[in-house]
Amino acid sequence: METTTVFLVLVLLTFISFFAGRKRSHAVTSGLGGVRSLHSLPKHYGYMAALWALLPALLILVLWLVLENSILARIVMNELPGGVRELPVNEQGLYFNQIVSYARGAIDAAQLDAAQIAAADHYRDLSSSSRTIKALLVFLVAILGAALALRRIRPALRARNHVEGIFKWILFACSFLAVLTTLGIVLSVLFEAIRFFHAIPLMDFLFGLEWSPQMAIRADQVAASGSFGFVPLLVGTLLISTVAMVIAVPVGLMSAIYLSEYATRRFRAITKPVLEILAGVPTVVYGFFAALTVAPFIRDLGATLGLHVASESALAAGLVMGIMIIPFVMSLSDDIINAVPDTLREASLGMGATMNETIRKVLLPAALPGIVGGILLAVSRAIGETMIVVMAAGLSARLTINPLEAVTTITVQIVTLLVGDQEFDNPKTLAAFALGLVLFFVTLLLNVIALYVVRKYREQYE
Amino acid sequence: MSKQSSSRASAAIRASLKKRYARERRFQWYGRLAVLIGFVFLFILLADIVSKGTPAFTQHYIRVSVELEPDVLGIERDATRDQIFNANYLGAIRASLRAMFPDVTGRKEKQQLYRLLSIGAEYNLRDMVLKNPGLIGHTSEIWLRAHAEAGSYLKGQVTADLPESDRKVKDMQVAWLDQLRAQGRTESRFNTTFFTQGDSREPEMAGIRVALYGSFFTLLVTFAIAFPIGVSAAVYLEEFAPRNRLTDLIEININNLAAVPSIVFGLLGLAVFINFFELPRSAPLVGGIVLSLMTLPTIIITSRAAIQAVSPSIRQAALGVGASRLQTVTHHVLPVAMPGILTGSIIGMAQALGESAPLLMIGMVAFIMDAPAGVTDPSTVLPVQIFLWADSPERGFTEKTSAAIMVLMGFLILMNGLAVYLRRHFEKK
Repeated sequence: METTTVFLVLVLLTFISFFAGRKRSHAVTSGLGGVRSLHSLPKHYGYMAALWALLPALLILVLWLVLENSILARIVMNELPGGVRELPVNEQGLYFNQIVSYARGAIDAAQLDAAQIAAADHYRDLSSSSRTIKALLVFLVAILGAALALRRIRPALRARNHVEGIFKWILFACSFLAVLTTLGIVLSVLFEAIRFFHAIPLMDFLFGLEWSPQMAIRADQVAASGSFGFVPLLVGTLLISTVAMVIAVPVGLMSAIYLSEYATRRFRAITKPVLEILAGVPTVVYGFFAALTVAPFIRDLGATLGLHVASESALAAGLVMGIMIIPFVMSLSDDIINAVPDTLREASLGMGATMNETIRKVLLPAALPGIVGGILLAVSRAIGETMIVVMAAGLSARLTINPLEAVTTITVQIVTLLVGDQEFDNPKTLAAFALGLVLFFVTLLLNVIALYVVRKYREQYE
Repeated sequence: MSKQSSSRASAAIRASLKKRYARERRFQWYGRLAVLIGFVFLFILLADIVSKGTPAFTQHYIRVSVELEPDVLGIERDATRDQIFNANYLGAIRASLRAMFPDVTGRKEKQQLYRLLSIGAEYNLRDMVLKNPGLIGHTSEIWLRAHAEAGSYLKGQVTADLPESDRKVKDMQVAWLDQLRAQGRTESRFNTTFFTQGDSREPEMAGIRVALYGSFFTLLVTFAIAFPIGVSAAVYLEEFAPRNRLTDLIEININNLAAVPSIVFGLLGLAVFINFFELPRSAPLVGGIVLSLMTLPTIIITSRAAIQAVSPSIRQAALGVGASRLQTVTHHVLPVAMPGILTGSIIGMAQALGESAPLLMIGMVAFIMDAPAGVTDPSTVLPVQIFLWADSPERGFTEKTSAAIMVLMGFLILMNGLAVYLRRHFEKK
């Protein structure tokens, strides 16, 4: 039976259990003065039976789906001739994939050897019996669960508390998913990154001045001879982020100051949402704008000024990224400036300071830690931004701090290394995960510092 | 203080006041300038895209008198449906083009002539004949789609003033097109192809149908996962979570996930869902799961704010008449908080709709012509389609890219508008 069918039947069983539970709650009270003698409402007994039918069976179904493929693969592989089992892991994978494709009818027998065909037949038998067992097991567990719950129904059974207890656990599991996601991210990048660092020494990666991963794919080369020096990527990333910050910080900060201290209420009510549109524009749109409009414009402008500007200059990507970050800086600064107590403002104005003196000498120094935190958050956004740089920045890693040249970034390299063919025993593919690891920890560090600074600052005035 | 010194002091103050007021005015102008810069950037961005994208919504057709004689098509007079399907429409179209311009003789010139019409024209003709087999044996005036380059000349995007080497429409083609236009054989129509076709190598045949379906299925999966889990997590954290280290850990994790670069979620998707769980590549299912993990923090944080905003008196009243905590939440708190929760979820969905970086990681960048029928079929999504087209150098694709951006932004405006409406509606209450 197909998984979808199994699932649908399971849902049906759940509904049946609900009605059975509700009916039974009526039945057990028939001699005792009806529904009034029940501890909970009849529907709670129904819910209880339904949950008992659904949850254990669902758990088994999910586990089965997760483990099915790898267990089947292991059984079939163990029966293959010894020669196959001594092949390298990826060739074994290829060999096995042919078996599976044949068993599913995707390729014909001509491409396979006799052992593979035998294995494919076996695989087909196994997977069909696996499907049958899965369906039977799921239904059995569902019916057993429901039966157990139904047997327990007594007027004194606290079904509502029971059901609510289960629900609380489900709610907890949902929020715990956040922890699991973080764990998943860390483990998945860490695991592949460690494999990468087996091939490329950590020190070469962190302090190498050259990045050219393409060299490593040539078959006659030892993997380590491709160079995986991280420094040019870091410099490129920081260069583009710096350009972005040079645009976003003054514009965002000044807009925030103007809108919160000078602008009329109406002007603010119209202007702020309009500027926030910039934050809602998808990054791929900014990338298109950077690559097809801004970059050629800057290149032509440079040419008329007699400057050589690369067509994928860091300036173009950084400028557009700066535009994207303006509303981010603006709303963070706005929050922070508004958090400065009015007493400080009024004291300064009362002493005869002008508004701009108040802002520069009183508000900004008071808001500085918060603004610095906000800027750190913006930097972390800039470092992790992908589409703009993929579309508008260069691919080759050049170690330069000239914004008119083309540089590449961490995110660009992750995308280039992983889009297309992926071989997970090649340092080239694994390098993407090492870069991901670095990216994750750098942004995490920036965020933690920024959140700490902002929170510390808020406490100051609370 | 003598009178004299005080007047000297006030003169000095007056002088400095002038300077201070000037600085004040300058400062205000800096502020206005900053706001203006933001506006100008936004305006340039939108104007650039709208001006580039608008032409893509029209498409030029050329009227050709096609002779659909059986011997031209290479079929019998009483051909079966299969034979009609496989008939030589390309030959028929080419023959009629030659008939319209009899003085074209050279091989190269003929090639140029054929390139006035889209490569897909023969399939359109085929579909027309299949629908109406009565056309066979007659000569009919048929409107066929123009080639993208010819179309861009007819739209006026390329003019004959450019040197011939700088444009793809050559001088001969320009002359033919002018002649066709003078004969009333060209027509501009609304570009339905753009909405009904999948990706194509030819700009005039490319459309966003697959991407729209893919985006729809992906968002469906995202919403189906992120909404219930996000709301449940928010309810737990606001109403049930004890104050302990585990709760702190969960909260810290949610806040940090909100700031993790989206591409890292793509790496997670690749390593866990594709490599470990062996889910299909390029499928909306995996895309939706990855995007739901990415939007969960947004939904949780906004839902928590909405739940927090529910007045405690409602909770106390419910608890006071004997409702359990869970009943209080499901019967009273959630219905009141729902508009706020929906607002946050719609904003999260809008984020997911515009996101492309993590989807590149899980292989949703394939060239796909057929619309997916379910969440496990290979597909692409609108932002990724934009990314793919943006890479193509042809002018026709630049135009298509901008048009696709306009469609995407249209959906985003719609979703955000809905969120704003809900918020307003909610505030009124």
